[in-house]
Amino acid sequence: MISAIRFFTQFLSSAATISLQLGKSAMKYIDEYRDERIAKALAREIAECITRPWVLMEICGGQTHTIMRYGLDELLPSQIELVHGPGCPVCVTPLETIDKAIALALRPDVTLVSYGDMLRVPGSNSDLFRAKAQGADVRLAYSPLEAVKIARANPDRKIVFLAIGFETTAPANAMTAWQAKREGLTNFSMLVSHVLVPPAIRALLASRENRVQGFIAPGHVCTVMGYQEYESLVREFAVPIVVGGFEPVDILEAVLMLVKQLECGKAQVENQYVRSVTYPGNQPAQEIMKKVFEIADQKWRGIGVIPRSGLRLRAEYATYDANKNFDLELISADEPAECISAQVLQGLRKPTDCPAFAIRCTPENPLGAPMVSAEGACAAYYHYRRHAVAS
Amino acid sequence: MCLAIPGRIVGSEEQNGLRIGRVQFGGITQHVSLDFVPEVNVGDYVMVHVGFAISRVDAAEAERTYQLLEEMEALQAELPPAEELPSAG
Repeated sequence: MISAIRFFTQFLSSAATISLQLGKSAMKYIDEYRDERIAKALAREIAECITRPWVLMEICGGQTHTIMRYGLDELLPSQIELVHGPGCPVCVTPLETIDKAIALALRPDVTLVSYGDMLRVPGSNSDLFRAKAQGADVRLAYSPLEAVKIARANPDRKIVFLAIGFETTAPANAMTAWQAKREGLTNFSMLVSHVLVPPAIRALLASRENRVQGFIAPGHVCTVMGYQEYESLVREFAVPIVVGGFEPVDILEAVLMLVKQLECGKAQVENQYVRSVTYPGNQPAQEIMKKVFEIADQKWRGIGVIPRSGLRLRAEYATYDANKNFDLELISADEPAECISAQVLQGLRKPTDCPAFAIRCTPENPLGAPMVSAEGACAAYYHYRRHAVAS
Repeated sequence: MCLAIPGRIVGSEEQNGLRIGRVQFGGITQHVSLDFVPEVNVGDYVMVHVGFAISRVDAAEAERTYQLLEEMEALQAELPPAEELPSAG
């Protein structure tokens, strides 16, 4: 256990180090969007515009964490209900993929490279953190290119990179496969589980249970993909979609833009996050994605298969597919019956509706993935709201 | 996972055929791939996700948005105090 703790401390990702540092020094393009005066002015303007209740969903779990951390839901008029979406890549990675990653990590000839968020995500019977404690060679990477570097430096070992994520991460993971191919690496594979946002919004809107009347689209997914993909959703379902950033002022401005549209019966795609997002998105990033990946049906943990909502490696990159390179027999268990993460991920229930919340399910001993991830809704409520709930 | 942080490019070089920038985030500097943002120069701000710059921060747009928001705040400061406005929660 001590070695596991040391490992955990030692490999605290660079991302975490950066966020710790951010708390200390002035940061351009962050601090000004946390301006309390402007946040309050936006909340007042929303209160002046609104005449009736509206249900809005922020897709991205990063936005959920900002809402909870800064208490934006409490700053907003009571007519606005914010429900939290499925935009937590760690949460929607299928149980089978986690089980495969654990099984691969436990093989003596394999080094498994993963993003730090995946470490404590529960599989059927274990997680990567416990596998590491059992002696598995699990390494955490801040950038996926580190997996290529490890493969280059360890030709006698088989390196498997757990390539998960939304469209934001897909170009970086694609570049990793491209680089491995360019270098002619033969000891490198990827276990791919990639998900796409627009098909998930379509599935939510098509559901009979849907209550969402406006969406905040994820700003970093749109930084890569642009926002032309949302035009057809807006037309078909008559629901406004505003691309939003991740700081408090960004989210409140996106809410204001949605409320203004809803109050006058409009349904358009608008962009709040103009400092990073353009209509066509990032072309070089989209090109490498298309070169390496192709669209496929994809299973979402807790939600099920959504047609054409994922990415898989193209035939030209099949030699890097861990599913083909390793013979994996898996016995998957069901999700714990008490866990309501499926409903949480679809915005149908709040984490605090769960009887296990903060009692039998905590970040240290999670029942479901949304309690683990830095983008999980359950983790957001646990970190920022559990005392309010308890009292 | 989808988090991206703005940082300022302070230098760049070629490594294994990739364009790598040195990017400053507050007090620390990290190596970041610049392959998706060929238009950037030293001094530009980029949004960085898992070691890759995914956009150049549009300084003019950021400035314009912030000015608009500040004007809105200034305008509201001239209005009656918050308690006289409809309840915000």
